[in-house]
Amino acid sequence: MRVMVCIKRVPLVGGKVVLSPDGKEVDTKFLGFGISPHEECAVEEAVRLVERNGGSSTVVTLGPQSAVEQLQFAMSLGIDEAILIDSGDEEWGPMSTAAALASAVSEKVAEGAAPDLLLLGNEAPDSGDYQVGIRVATALGWPCVTGVKELDVSDGTAVARREHGSEMEMFSVSLPAVVTVKEGLNLPRYPSLPGRLRAKGKKIDQMKAERMAEGLTTLQLRLPAEDGRETELLGTGVDAVPRLIEVLRETGVLAR
Amino acid sequence: MILCIVEHDNGRLEDQSAEALTMARGMAGAAGVPLHAVIFGPGGDAVAAAIGEYGVSVLHLADSDALASYAPVAWARGVIAVVEAAPAEAVVASGTDRGNEVMATVGALAGLPMVANCIDVQPGDPYRLSRLRWAGSVVEDAELDSDGPRLFSVAPGSVVPAKADSAVTVETQPVPLSLSDADLAVRVLEHMVPEHDGASLVDSRVVVGGGRGVGSAEGFAVLDELAGLLGGAVGVSRAVTSLGWRPHRDQIGQTGVRIAPDLYIACGISGAIQHMVGCKSARRILAINSDADAPIMSKADYAVAGDLHVVLPALVDELRRITA
Ligand SMILES: Cc1cc2nc3c(=O)[nH]c(=O)nc-3n(C[C@H](O)[C@H](O)[C@H](O)COP(=O)(O)OP(=O)(O)OC[C@H]3O[C@@H](n4cnc5c(N)ncnc54)[C@H](O)[C@@H]3O)c2cc1C
Ligand SMILES: Nc1ncnc2c1ncn2[C@@H]1O[C@H](COP(=O)(O)O)[C@@H](O)[C@H]1O
Repeated sequence: MRVMVCIKRVPLVGGKVVLSPDGKEVDTKFLGFGISPHEECAVEEAVRLVERNGGSSTVVTLGPQSAVEQLQFAMSLGIDEAILIDSGDEEWGPMSTAAALASAVSEKVAEGAAPDLLLLGNEAPDSGDYQVGIRVATALGWPCVTGVKELDVSDGTAVARREHGSEMEMFSVSLPAVVTVKEGLNLPRYPSLPGRLRAKGKKIDQMKAERMAEGLTTLQLRLPAEDGRETELLGTGVDAVPRLIEVLRETGVLAR
Repeated sequence: MILCIVEHDNGRLEDQSAEALTMARGMAGAAGVPLHAVIFGPGGDAVAAAIGEYGVSVLHLADSDALASYAPVAWARGVIAVVEAAPAEAVVASGTDRGNEVMATVGALAGLPMVANCIDVQPGDPYRLSRLRWAGSVVEDAELDSDGPRLFSVAPGSVVPAKADSAVTVETQPVPLSLSDADLAVRVLEHMVPEHDGASLVDSRVVVGGGRGVGSAEGFAVLDELAGLLGGAVGVSRAVTSLGWRPHRDQIGQTGVRIAPDLYIACGISGAIQHMVGCKSARRILAINSDADAPIMSKADYAVAGDLHVVLPALVDELRRITA
């Protein structure tokens, strides 16, 4: 079985978001980069499917050259090979991104190494467009199930389950297919030291793609109005307990 | 016209569709065009009455046997059939899993941009809009040019649902739709109720949250005890689920569940924005952290500086004494 996974390099913001002075982007000067939890699960699922069924796994990203870091991370977890589609330093919209990712898949098909399954995250943590997987699937003419939290793949079929309200709903599609996943699908492993060393030595295939105008123009980014919570320090250590009890009463949590 | 995709549960209008209808009515008013809605599956006609109160003049009903279970591509084909017959300048869906999925599929099939999680849309040439990014920690103001209908989804909770000043009589029209097998290849085949009860965390009036600072899976005993005494549930940060101390369904945040209790007691949690987006609707937040400078200490209503394994046992003892 051949599995491909799409990941996106994003800045990891911690306690608060800082915007660039021109308000056009998030200031990443002091930030590290990574991939989203959804995509970590997609990578883990690809590695497990190949461990179980044999075959090979490929990770692909559209991003700047520095996204090699995220490709190596995926390979350190057990992904076999990687493709970097160079986006330059600009942020591409979801239509261009999907077209570029679909062309990477088509190239694999043309090489006679057609993937059976393409995994993506349900939504990217930064842009939150909720659409790249669906657009890639439509371009390829493959079925797509989104938001998946349980996946069984066998005999050319993917059975996928996702949440709908308090229920789970089940889909079954024939391969090749696109599946977008959510965190909770599995518990991703941590990279091992040998895994990291192996990943560093691996070659990364480079690809080019064309960015298109998409109709959406960002005017500015801004931070939403603060919640406006004023913090009351209740005390330190066990000295805070009497006031803690009062707070439980004040908030209606404790009746007596 | 402006078209709103409406979701319903056996004829009962979904809350988030009421939000989408409210935004869509505002847009239709600003653009000076009528508001239409499209509904899929059996029971849709029962929604017609409710929908008139939101100012919908025409309801497009796609109600064939093939649509008895949810099928995203079939729904998208239905939306496209409606806008081909009655040109729409915009289509609005709620930013639910299904709303985003159908809208993205319409965008993909029609080759049009789709903008997710909008909180405000102003018709015009070009359309102006604001939408949530970074799971709501950043707002983007943008302009949208499009050769066809503009496609939007509405961020859940960003619009207060409001009915129109006077109800409209709804005219119902069937959607002319012929579906191929491929349009139905992805469809819900089965519903299941999960074994665990995921509702308790979301519905609890009190949630006790635990983060990496809890130190181990066993360390949660005192949090479970406190939650038990208060009649609440325990939730966790991603650090805890990644370490395998608790299952992912207990995770609060951007890639977990969103809670809105009366009180959230966050213990040993630093307050990363991805965690806080999951608990920002809590009426009150109480943080217990050994680091008085942890980000959560200034994002909470109440803060206790101290080791949670000292503070919580003392609190539990006192609660037992009071409630004995
Ligand atoms: C795209 C994306 C999505 C994410 N989604 C989520 C999400 O849904 N939910 C989520 O929670 N995170 C999410 N994260 C991760 C998030 O960024 C943080 O890494 C995570 O929330 C940190 O968990 P924590 O606060 O438990 O751990 P830490 O940040 O390590 O904080 C531990 C805290 O415990 C305190 N502490 C230590 N010992 C004690 C003690 N004995 N008593 C009291 N306090 C103590 C420390 O002072 C510290 O403040 C996401 C990240 C990304 C990039
Ligand atoms: N630049 C990119 N490179 C690779 N995959 C991407 C990229 N952008 C988005 N994706 C994939 O598409 C998913 C959904 O993204 P989006 O539709 O933008 O919210 C992400 O979780 C990734 O798996």
